[in-house]
Amino acid sequence: MKFPIYLDNHSTTPMDPRVLEAMLPYFTEKFGNAASRNHAFGWAAEEAVEQARKQIARLIHADPKELVFTSGATESDNLALKGVVEMYKEKGDHIITCQTEHRAVLDTAKTLESKRGLKVTYLPVDKYGMVSPDDVRNAITDKTILISIMLANNEIGTINPVKEIGKIAKEKGILFHCDATQGVGKIPVDVQEMGIDLMSFTAHKIYGPKGVGALYVRKKAPRVRIAPLIDGGGHERGMRSGTLPVPLIVGFGKACELCEQEMPAESAKVSKLRDRLQDGIMKGLDEVYLNGHPTQRLPHNLNISFAYVEGESMLMGLKEIALSSGSACTSATLEPSYVLRALGVGSDLAHSSIRFGLGRFNTVEEVDYTIKRIIEVVTKLREMSPLYEMAKEGIDLKSVQWTAH
Amino acid sequence: MAYSDKVVDHFNNPRNMGSLKKDDKDVGTGIVGAPECGDVMKLQIKVEGDKIVDAKFKTFGCGSAIASSSLATEWLKGKTLDEAHKIKNTDIVQELNLPPVKIHCSVLAEDAIKAALADYKKKGEPSK
Repeated sequence: MKFPIYLDNHSTTPMDPRVLEAMLPYFTEKFGNAASRNHAFGWAAEEAVEQARKQIARLIHADPKELVFTSGATESDNLALKGVVEMYKEKGDHIITCQTEHRAVLDTAKTLESKRGLKVTYLPVDKYGMVSPDDVRNAITDKTILISIMLANNEIGTINPVKEIGKIAKEKGILFHCDATQGVGKIPVDVQEMGIDLMSFTAHKIYGPKGVGALYVRKKAPRVRIAPLIDGGGHERGMRSGTLPVPLIVGFGKACELCEQEMPAESAKVSKLRDRLQDGIMKGLDEVYLNGHPTQRLPHNLNISFAYVEGESMLMGLKEIALSSGSACTSATLEPSYVLRALGVGSDLAHSSIRFGLGRFNTVEEVDYTIKRIIEVVTKLREMSPLYEMAKEGIDLKSVQWTAH
Repeated sequence: MAYSDKVVDHFNNPRNMGSLKKDDKDVGTGIVGAPECGDVMKLQIKVEGDKIVDAKFKTFGCGSAIASSSLATEWLKGKTLDEAHKIKNTDIVQELNLPPVKIHCSVLAEDAIKAALADYKKKGEPSK
């Protein structure tokens, strides 16, 4: 076993060696600018980009011409929201999103609220983190121009009923943007079947390189138009100017191709590892709680709250395992995870949450080691926890007058 | 975030972790913080005359909170009650090299010391 063990695959993934191999020629001998129309260097680059476009489009059942390359999912989210709000401002000034979206969507919506006077509905989610299609329907007004709901959540892995939401959007003639950053490559995505008009995703979550992402922009029924954020040479049909990062795009394409070919086997393998991890932890410890949906969840996601133990201290005790926590102490804001709070998880349990993100390269050995270490560390920290002691004495922690600070 | 060596040392080898009998007359207990805020410290002192002869802690919180309370117990042992009153959170910050975002951990430790001293005082001076 190699240390440290990487179990933070929602954050980013290691690049697949096959992806790197595909990229390498495009840094050196095939270095051309894909926009150079008059020589072989440009043609080779353009051909590589078009090949990647096909590989990526195939994974999401889109037309290659419907992809706009960006620097990543954050830019794609910004482009989708700002681009639609600018382009359709005559039509309306209201968008619908939800409370558990990624910050790239939420903060963009907030900026549009304060700077452009946009009205935003932030829908609540149920206790599993799922958006209700009925809530979406009820929030629609005659001024609504966009619905933006994520495919799967980055903390708890809950998969939203995107197909139903897409249907409602179609029915009402409203554009539907989906931040699919965590879902693409992990679960089947079909923009036709799901009724998605705009979709953000990125390469580095699917074993591709960092620094490249895409926004899917529907061309037909309806033809979606967006105002660009970046002006310049008119690349990407004017929606995103700037010389294309050919090696990154080639890597993105290869990463998508691998996901498409290997997804059935890979998601079966990864979800088996995830279930083994979940069962091992749940059997070894009392008072641990699953956050997120028990079944409608990404195959590689596991988010658990360990009562009476603070998340950051757990991570500190597990230095040889790379994990993430919803504890405030790991964020700059000192607020615990807003996603868990939106589910109705108490602040105490939000502080006690750990996110496990399994991936293509994890092994049974690593999972078994992690189970053993989690049990050790939680047991040790509970010994150290005044809350655990009080709970064992039968004191109801909710009845204690705490001195909030 | 990188922790200072001293924080890591206190976290891995907590000093005086445990509990004293909170109903004993010569024991003062301070519990500060709140689970919702992500840290709760319990700090206890055992007093003979005006001297602190033992100190114990239990902490729910991040590594810096655990280290701050562990350090506090180390400092409290052997001090008089008056000397204990003079321990400041800034002393803890300095000793542990806490970054600005972790200063509240040291504040909590100072509050815990004060609360334990006040609890002991409330119980009345023990007979010599």
